[in-house]
Amino acid sequence: MMYTFDFSSLWAYWPEFLAGALTTLEMTFAATVLGLCIGVAGAIARGSRHAWLRVVAGGYVELVRNTPFLIQIFFLFFGLASVGVRMPVLAAAVLAMVINVGAYTTEIVRAGIEAVHPGQIEAAESLGLSVPQVYWYVILRPALERVYPALTSQFVLMMLSSSITSQISAEELTAVANNIQSITFRSLETYIVVALLYLVLTVLLKSGFWLLGQGLFPRRRRLGTPL
Amino acid sequence: MSVVVKLEDVHKSFGLVEVLRGVSFEVSAGEVVAIIGRSGSGKSTALRCINRLEKIQSGSIEVCGRRVEAPDLDLRALRQDVGIVFQSYNLFPHLTVEENIVLAPRRVKNVKGAEAHALARTALEQVGLSDKIDAYPEQLSGGQQQRVAIARSLAMSPKVMLFDEVTSALDPELTGEVLRVMEKLAKGGMTMIMVTHEMGFARRAADRVIYMHTGKVWETGTGAMLGSPQTPELKNFLANEL
Repeated sequence: MMYTFDFSSLWAYWPEFLAGALTTLEMTFAATVLGLCIGVAGAIARGSRHAWLRVVAGGYVELVRNTPFLIQIFFLFFGLASVGVRMPVLAAAVLAMVINVGAYTTEIVRAGIEAVHPGQIEAAESLGLSVPQVYWYVILRPALERVYPALTSQFVLMMLSSSITSQISAEELTAVANNIQSITFRSLETYIVVALLYLVLTVLLKSGFWLLGQGLFPRRRRLGTPL
Repeated sequence: MSVVVKLEDVHKSFGLVEVLRGVSFEVSAGEVVAIIGRSGSGKSTALRCINRLEKIQSGSIEVCGRRVEAPDLDLRALRQDVGIVFQSYNLFPHLTVEENIVLAPRRVKNVKGAEAHALARTALEQVGLSDKIDAYPEQLSGGQQQRVAIARSLAMSPKVMLFDEVTSALDPELTGEVLRVMEKLAKGGMTMIMVTHEMGFARRAADRVIYMHTGKVWETGTGAMLGSPQTPELKNFLANEL
């Protein structure tokens, strides 16, 4: 079996590829920022003194982690539309990503919070710091530093699974590729190009996280040791 | 001399276990008090009740004129008056020595940049660790970490300092360097209450020694009391301790 590669017929579509990649990146950026906020809030709620908060946060995590991402997307976009809640495709796609990654992030951040020695919290309280100050300076910062590698890979994973949102025609990289291959009939070449583009995006995202980490965690930058 | 800390008939239980069974004592300004006793005698719990890390069931505790058990207590104000140093140091591992020290002054007392830096320098000089200002806790020995913990507490200029078995995790050499810092503080006039297993140190540095047994103040006196114990329990305790 012989196959003659022909990438030249794809060349005309580079603006589309680029636009798709940018959309993926933008969706990822939005979902990372919002997902992290939800993850931190969820992790704090899971360790709350109030039982109802723990139940709500725990239920959210279990619901999201035990159902398929595709079903969550369809529920938000098609399911809610039939009861009159309509939103733009991209909004639904990003919302689905935020809800999904927020649940996983909740568990990761919770692990980081639980690793903070209770004695450090007592020490902070004994110095007169307020509860929000204790959370911010003494609990969350070392917790995030500790789980930062796990967070990074979770958000990379989320970027890759954003390709599933092509199923509701979010115009991200995979949807663009699907269009191009149906026009050019060059599916092998198209998906090779797309795979490489995802690889580039991953490298970009990881570099971004690394740079951010250098700024956020000076101890790690200077000592290079895990906390 | 004015009374800084006053416990009156303090009772405290954890579940069904009554840890403090009517503890009363007073500590005046500038006084150095050592609390000794077996594990489980309630001495650490008594200490932790003073800055309300533990809530008491009955009795009263007064610190610098504040009723600690009062429901409307300004907890943060109380804790600015009371410094505490723990057995396990409890430094913040993600912060440098300087950041550990200035965190509370900056966030609680709103001390700004250069002033905060000077505060850290002064506190570190007091514990003899000026050269470690930029180090991270994991780069320090246990004794050095404990001295930083003392400096961190000092930087809030507390009116009384509590020491909860601060040398129990250290070998004899490192214990010595921490005890020297504490003796210096004591000579400088700091009001101190320390739970300790270092009998020699208690005898040397303390104005008064309190022996606790089964949740009660069993015997109290000057350091010399350790040489001539009155009760069989203290005699027994000292025999095992030395």
